[in-house]
Amino acid sequence: MFTLGLIGLLVRRNLIFILMSLEVMLNAAGLAFVIAGSRWHQADGQVVFLFILTMAAAEVSVGLALILQLYHRFKALDADAASEMRG
Amino acid sequence: MEATFYIASAVAVIATVLMLTRLNAVHALLYLIVSLLAVAVVFFVAGAAFIAALEVIIYAGAIMVLFVFVVMMLNLGLRTEEMERRWQPSRAWIGPLALAAVLLAELVYLLTAGSGPAQIAGSVEPKQVSIVLFGPYLLGVELASMLLLAGLVGAYHLGRRAPEKPEDRYGADSDERRAAAGGDLVHAGSDRPARTP
Amino acid sequence: MLELLWLVLAVPFASALLLATLGPRFSRKAVAAAGVGSIGAAAVLMILIAGRFVSSPPSGGAYAQVLWTWLSIAGFDPRIGLYLDALSLVMALVVTFVGFFIHLYSAEFMIEDEGYSRFFCYMNLFVASMLTLLLADNLLLLFLGWEGVGLCSYLLIGFWYQDPANGLAARKAFIVTRVGDTAMTLGLLLLFTRLGTLQIQELMRRAGDQWGPGSSLAAIAAFLLLGGAIGKSAQLPLQTWLPDAMAGPTPTSALIHAATMVTAGVYLIARTHALYLLAPQAQLAVGAVGAATLLAAGCSALTQHDIKRVLAYSTISQIGYMFLALGTGAWAAAIFHFLTHAFFKALLFLGAGVIIEALHHEHSIFRMGGLRKELPLAFWTFLIAGCSLAGLPLITAGFFSKDFILWGAWSAQQGRPAFWAAGMAGAFLTAIYTFRLIFLVFFGQARTPVSKRPGWAMQVPLVVLAFFSIAAGYLKNPLAGYLQSALPPTLEVHTGAITETISASIAAAVFAAGFYLAFWFFYRRRSLADAVASSAAGSALHGLWFSDWGMDWLYDRLFVQPLLWAARVNRGDFVDAFYTGLARLSELFYRGLSRTETGRVRWYAAGIAAGTVLFIAVVLFSRY
Repeated sequence: MFTLGLIGLLVRRNLIFILMSLEVMLNAAGLAFVIAGSRWHQADGQVVFLFILTMAAAEVSVGLALILQLYHRFKALDADAASEMRG
Repeated sequence: MEATFYIASAVAVIATVLMLTRLNAVHALLYLIVSLLAVAVVFFVAGAAFIAALEVIIYAGAIMVLFVFVVMMLNLGLRTEEMERRWQPSRAWIGPLALAAVLLAELVYLLTAGSGPAQIAGSVEPKQVSIVLFGPYLLGVELASMLLLAGLVGAYHLGRRAPEKPEDRYGADSDERRAAAGGDLVHAGSDRPARTP
Repeated sequence: MLELLWLVLAVPFASALLLATLGPRFSRKAVAAAGVGSIGAAAVLMILIAGRFVSSPPSGGAYAQVLWTWLSIAGFDPRIGLYLDALSLVMALVVTFVGFFIHLYSAEFMIEDEGYSRFFCYMNLFVASMLTLLLADNLLLLFLGWEGVGLCSYLLIGFWYQDPANGLAARKAFIVTRVGDTAMTLGLLLLFTRLGTLQIQELMRRAGDQWGPGSSLAAIAAFLLLGGAIGKSAQLPLQTWLPDAMAGPTPTSALIHAATMVTAGVYLIARTHALYLLAPQAQLAVGAVGAATLLAAGCSALTQHDIKRVLAYSTISQIGYMFLALGTGAWAAAIFHFLTHAFFKALLFLGAGVIIEALHHEHSIFRMGGLRKELPLAFWTFLIAGCSLAGLPLITAGFFSKDFILWGAWSAQQGRPAFWAAGMAGAFLTAIYTFRLIFLVFFGQARTPVSKRPGWAMQVPLVVLAFFSIAAGYLKNPLAGYLQSALPPTLEVHTGAITETISASIAAAVFAAGFYLAFWFFYRRRSLADAVASSAAGSALHGLWFSDWGMDWLYDRLFVQPLLWAARVNRGDFVDAFYTGLARLSELFYRGLSRTETGRVRWYAAGIAAGTVLFIAVVLFSRY
């Protein structure tokens, strides 16, 4: 799942899709934590997953706000449009 | 139990793959939600029922809904389908696929190099989780709440659009408005044309 | 009186310095007074010193005056010291005396030139350097003077620097003499490292002690010094610079390239004669070089049409005679010929200057003619000098000095009949080209009108030098005897078939034959000369001799073109290639790396992912 998310991040150009792939990656990491916690019969895995969830929520809201700004600025949701920091 | 696990994980993977390859943003989002739900099932099978619920409520329920709102707002549906098609030649998949394949191989190797297949040693109760939360992870909880606050403020600020019409630039009764109207306190009013000094 | 020797050097130096710094501010008269006056003062001093030296000679026949120590490093401490003996006395006297008259002449000759003060500054510096060379008591100081005269020669040849051709001629002179100077430097180094000193007298003594006759080291040192002498005195094969040096002003040609600088080589060999006595092969080489040069230059002089170039080749030829004398062991004869040559050659050049000025800068003798009546003084003095050069018997000084050399070529220790015959042939050629010159310039119809006549400052030197071109001849025997205090005596070793009188008569006959030939070809039947010149053999020879036996072309092919080719090929400078290669490598990296800064988020994410993959791989595989 994680690698799938990575693939999606690298391939898609639409910013929304990039964010979605990011969510997939986060989710996959959380899954790994929970399963690990469940294997060792400890609560820590779930706790970490809670934290990840919180973080994902905050990140999504901020990220979507940024996407809105970018959309107003560039009139498109192209990830390659914002490449003015070119070398 | 094991069959459920495998089926659910298969669904999750397939749903993710389908999500990646969709051209319509809304379709992709729906597939993502399916994937998340499948992962929730996996959580349930693994004995973390509380987490499974949380996954559905927060992740699939709140975060994805946020996504859907934004997509609707930007109207990324049929309109951008053609654009999406153009943006993704098949060539673009090669590099990331290769990279991800290597990563996958590494991860699989790392995970299976240890002891044998793990048994699910029973479920972890929410009670246990909350005791741990209030115990060793107390600080983490506080920090998480602060993170949420920061996210809130940031999202509000970033999401604000700069007003386009000059009248909206100032508040109805702001000092700038009054100054623009000629600085006359007595006769200031929004309907009065600005006098050039 | 003898203690004032240093003034003879110092006055011209001081004058040169003064003219260099304040010269442009002085009026013409002031500059002339300084420039001519300084050499005049030096000449007067020299005459007084000479008088005292001759009347009451110091012990050992030499007077040494040490001024100060130049350097002192680890046992090497050359001094600024002056050494006056018969040899340097004679030469210094000639240099200052003739130099004074040439300066007087140029005070009027150069009067219209912009660089008047610059000219006198250089000329004074030259005389000072030449005197340093002559009066030095160690080879290092001599070398200083040597380089000094080379520098002044360069400055004066390229005096009219606005014309790039003059600059080229000056550079050519400098570079060709530089070749000789390098040989000389090597010789000095050899002498110093082997014998431990550069003081000339001490050096000669040590050479005699440590290196026996026939020693190879002595031969090497002698050959190297000969190399230097060849360069400076414009002998074969380094003579190519002198004809081009005529681009300088005529007084320069008179002073430097006729009377003084070019005789520096002769002085060097005479000074270090002990070395040459130890190395007979080297002495033979001196003689051979002299003989070859005098013949080659004589042939070239026959074909030239620039009046100054004829005189230049004549100078080369006459110095060949001096080398010939040195090579055969007739040391005094060489110095005597130097003395007479200084007088008549300087006179010839000054006369040529008068002619050139009079005809408004016309140099070609084929456009001159009939000047006998227009410029009588120039004609008579030129005639006297020409006869002296060609060797008019019994009257002119040139006859006595040339005869002295020819007799030495036959009879001295190293004399050979071959050298004598070469000298005679050379005398024949000399007569022909001299009278060719005189007949073409002064007789026949006038082709170019005379526009300017010389004033008194130009006429007086002509007269004085003409007088000495005749009178100096009678100094032969006293001089030869006098020089024995400094130079080895000229012995008459092989007398064999002829005596001196017979040799002299043959010389006289040769003179007459040459005169008659020139008379016939260039006065009576000019058409004959043209016919000979345009015949097949004649024009081929003419072409060959006109270009100085093709030596310029040879040197160009041999040295100049390869050097230019190498410079062109190496324009990319292979040594630099390493450093530019470094720069280009870093530029390559820069360009490559800057491609990774695309500004695209996905690209950076891919970078992170790749880095992670790599990192994990490293961790994984390092566990093995």
